[in-house]
Amino acid sequence: MGRAADASAGVQVRRRGEGVTFWSDRLFRTVVVTCASVLGLLLLFFAYELWQSSTLSVRTFGWQFWVSREWDPVRERFGALPFIWGTLVTSIAALVIAVPLSLGTAIFIAEVAPRWLRQPVSFVVELLAAIPSVVYGLWGMFVMVPWLREHVQKPLVERFGHIPLFAGPAVGVSMMAAILVLAVMIIPYITAVSREVILAVPQAQREASYSLGATKWETIRRVVLRYARVGILGAVILGYGRAVGETMAVTMVIGNRPDMTLSLLQPGYTMASVIANEFTEATSPLYLSALTEIGLLLFAITLLINALARLLVWRVSRGEVRY
Amino acid sequence: MRLSRAHELWRRFLNMASLALTGICAIVVMAPVFVILAYLVVNGIRSLNIEFLTSLPKSPGETGGGMANAIVGSFYMVGLALMLSLPVGVGAGVYLAEFGRTRYAHVVRFMADVLNGVPSIVIGVSVWALLVVPMRSFSALAGGVALSFIMIPMIARTTEEMVRAVPNVLREASLGLGATYARTMWSVVLPAARGGIVTGVMLALARVFGEAAPLLFTALGNRFWNLYLDRPMANLPTQIYEYAKSPYEDWHRQAWAAALVLIIVVLVLNIIARVSTRERYRALR
Amino acid sequence: MTTVMFPRQEEAIAPPPPKISTRNLNVYYGDFHAIKDVSLDILPNHITALIGPSGCGKSTFLRCLNRMNDLIEGARVEGSVLLDGQDVNDPRTDVVALRRRVGMVFQRPNPFPMSIYDNVAYGPRIHGIRRRSVLNEIVERSLRQAALWDEVKDKLRQSALALSGGQQQRLCIARVLAVEPEVLLMDEPASALDPTATFRIEELMQELKSQYTIVIVTHNMQQAARVSQYTGFFFKGELYEFGETAKIFTNPEKRETENYIRGRFG
Repeated sequence: MGRAADASAGVQVRRRGEGVTFWSDRLFRTVVVTCASVLGLLLLFFAYELWQSSTLSVRTFGWQFWVSREWDPVRERFGALPFIWGTLVTSIAALVIAVPLSLGTAIFIAEVAPRWLRQPVSFVVELLAAIPSVVYGLWGMFVMVPWLREHVQKPLVERFGHIPLFAGPAVGVSMMAAILVLAVMIIPYITAVSREVILAVPQAQREASYSLGATKWETIRRVVLRYARVGILGAVILGYGRAVGETMAVTMVIGNRPDMTLSLLQPGYTMASVIANEFTEATSPLYLSALTEIGLLLFAITLLINALARLLVWRVSRGEVRY
Repeated sequence: MRLSRAHELWRRFLNMASLALTGICAIVVMAPVFVILAYLVVNGIRSLNIEFLTSLPKSPGETGGGMANAIVGSFYMVGLALMLSLPVGVGAGVYLAEFGRTRYAHVVRFMADVLNGVPSIVIGVSVWALLVVPMRSFSALAGGVALSFIMIPMIARTTEEMVRAVPNVLREASLGLGATYARTMWSVVLPAARGGIVTGVMLALARVFGEAAPLLFTALGNRFWNLYLDRPMANLPTQIYEYAKSPYEDWHRQAWAAALVLIIVVLVLNIIARVSTRERYRALR
Repeated sequence: MTTVMFPRQEEAIAPPPPKISTRNLNVYYGDFHAIKDVSLDILPNHITALIGPSGCGKSTFLRCLNRMNDLIEGARVEGSVLLDGQDVNDPRTDVVALRRRVGMVFQRPNPFPMSIYDNVAYGPRIHGIRRRSVLNEIVERSLRQAALWDEVKDKLRQSALALSGGQQQRLCIARVLAVEPEVLLMDEPASALDPTATFRIEELMQELKSQYTIVIVTHNMQQAARVSQYTGFFFKGELYEFGETAKIFTNPEKRETENYIRGRFG
C-alpha cells in the first residue's frame, strides 16, 4: 500500500501540472479543494459555536466551574466536577476491562484462529460497533441493570459493602452498569485497529523468533506485540476517546445523579450524559451556557485524545516507528 | 545449552494456555452481539405489527399506537444528511486521494480523522447553536445538518481510499486519449471507485441512522406528522430513548419494537456495504 | 577465490552418518509442486551448498529442514526428513525443540527492534536462562563467534536497527548461535549485503564449520564454490545433481548443471 502510494506520487505531481492547463481542470481542482476545506472549517466551527455559547458560563463562574462540586439548577450554581469525575471513572474502568479482551481477540483473529474462522469472527466483532448506542442503552436498562442488581450488586454489597468501592445500596443503575456497557462498546474499535497493527508486523520477525525455538505464544508476546506496541497504544487511546464521548447508552444506565462517590454501585453522571439529559430541560441562559461549557471541555478532550491516537497510528502505518 | 525439563514443559503449557485464552477472549467479546440481538428479536417481534408501523403515537398512558412518523422522520433526516454530505465528502475524498501528498492535504486528512472522533453529542450542541437558536425552533433541518456533519469525514476517508485504489493505468489510458484531467476523473476514475464509495456511504448511513445524541436538541422529536424542514421531527433513536425512560409498559414494548426496526435497517445497510465492497475488489484486481 | 576445501582424509575413509537426510521429499503449495522427490544426505561439520536458478525450490527445501514451511498457508510436505535418524515431520516431533536444534539465518537481516544485547539474549531467555552473569557470558561468546563483538561491545544497549546491513546479518547469526543449535540453515545470507560484508560472513562460516552442520542456499555460484564442500544443484523442484563441490564445479554429470554453472541461464 505504502509503496503503491509512493510510486504514484510522481505521477500525481506531473498530473497536477498538466491539470491546470484546462479551465475545467482548474474548476475541478477548486471544487475538491473547497470540499476538503470544509473538513477543517467544521472543526473550527464546532470550537467557535461551543465557545460562543459558553461565554456566559465562563464569565460567571471562571475557573470555579471546573473545581466546584455543586450542580444546582434551581439556585443556578453550576460546577462540572461531578461530571468530570464520572467520565474519568467510567472511561478508565471501561478501558481496563476492554483492553485485555480486545487484545486477546485481535491476537486470536490475526495469529491464532484458523484461516476460515478469521473473517466470521471479525464480522461479528464489527457488528458490535454497528449496534446503535441507544439500543445498547435500551438493552442495558431493561436487561443488564436488573440482572446486575440481583446477581452482582446485592452479593457484592453483602460481602464487600464495607469497602467504599462496593458501598451499597444495590440500585442497579450505576457507574458499574455504565462501565460494562462502555467496555462492550469500545471493544470493537480497539480490536479492529489492534488487529490491523498486528497484521502489519513483518512475517520475517515471526520467522526469526520461531527459528530460535520460540513457541507461538512467546513469538506473539515478545516479538509481535513488542513490534506493534505503539500502534496498539494508538488503538487503546482511540478506544478511550470513544468511551469519553459515548452518550446515549451511558445516560440510560448510569442513573444521572451529580454525586461524587467512590462506589461503583452508586449512580453517577458523565459530561456527555448530563448534556443529553438536561439540555432540553434547561430553561435559563446560564443553565444552557453551563451545559455548553461542559460540551466545550468534552470537545477539547476528545480532540486531544484523537489527535494523539491518530499520530501514533499514522507513524506506525508509515513505518516510522521501529524501536 | 542445558535445558531444564520442567521449564520446557512449562513453556509448552503456557503456550497452549495463552492461545486458548485468546480464543476465550474472542468468545466473550462475541457473546454480547448474540445476546443483544436475541433480546431484540424476542422482545421486538412481540410488539412489531401493522399498527406500530402505520400509526401515530397515542397520548401518554394510552395503549397502542405506533411510530410511523418516527420511521419516516428517520429516513427523511438521514436522506437530508446524505444529500448534504455526499458531494462534500466525495469531493474532499477525491482531493485527498489525488492531491494527497501536499502539506495541506495532510492537515485535512488529520482533521478528518479527528472529526471522526468528535462525540456526536458535541456536534448536536454545535448545530443547536448554529441553527436552532437563530431559527427559534427545533427543526428537521438542524437534525439533518447534525447528521451530515458526522457523515462528511467518514465519506471523505473511504472515498480517498477507494479512489486511490483505482489503478493508474486507467487514468493514464484516459489521459493518453486526450481527455482532460477533470473528464478523466468524472468518467473513468470515479465510476471505477463507485462500489467502494457506495460501501463507505452505506457504513456512514448505518452509523447515523442509529444516532440519537445529535438529534436530541436539533430535531427534538414530534408526536405528530411533520414533513416541514423548519419544524421538529420525530425519529426512531430519540423516540426509543424517550419511550424507554417513560413509566409506561406499553411504551417500553414499543421501544423494543422500534429498536428491532432500527437494527434491521442498520444491518441491511451494513450488508449492502459489504456486498458492494466485495464486488468492487473483484473488479479491481 | 579458489580456496575450495575438500573433506578431510579420515572422513573419506570412514564417512560419518549423515546429520540430516531427506527421503523422497515432496512439497506442494496448493496445486504447485515445488519440490519433487528429493533424497539427499547432509554430513555433519561440513558446509553443504544448494544452488540453482531462482524459483527452483532450494529455499523451500531448506525451510523443510526446520519445518518453517508450517508457517506458510497451504504448504504441504510429503516424504521424510531425518535429523539424526528421527523424522522431523512425525506428528510427535516437538517442532519448538526441533527449531532450537536447527537454527536459521534469513535472506534479509531481521533483527528484532530491541537492543543488540536483547536480540542475542532472546533465545537463551525464552529457554529459561535468567541469570545475568550467564546471559552476559552467552551474549559475549555468541557475538565473538559471529565476529561482531569488537564492533559492538561498547554499544550493547543500543538499538540493533542502528547497525549496518552486514552487522545486522552477523547479529542474526550471533542470535542463532546463542541457542547453540546443531545445524545452521542459511537462506542466501549474503544476498542483501555488499562484497565486504559478504566476505566477513563467508569467513565466519569457515570458522563455524567445525562445530556446526551448515546448509547454505545461494544463487551466487562463486560463493558456493568458495565456501562449501558439497553442492546440490536444484532445477525445477528436482535435485539434479549432488556431490563434492569440486566435482560439481569442474566436472558435472548433467548438462543442465553445466549450463547453469557456465551461466547459460538463471
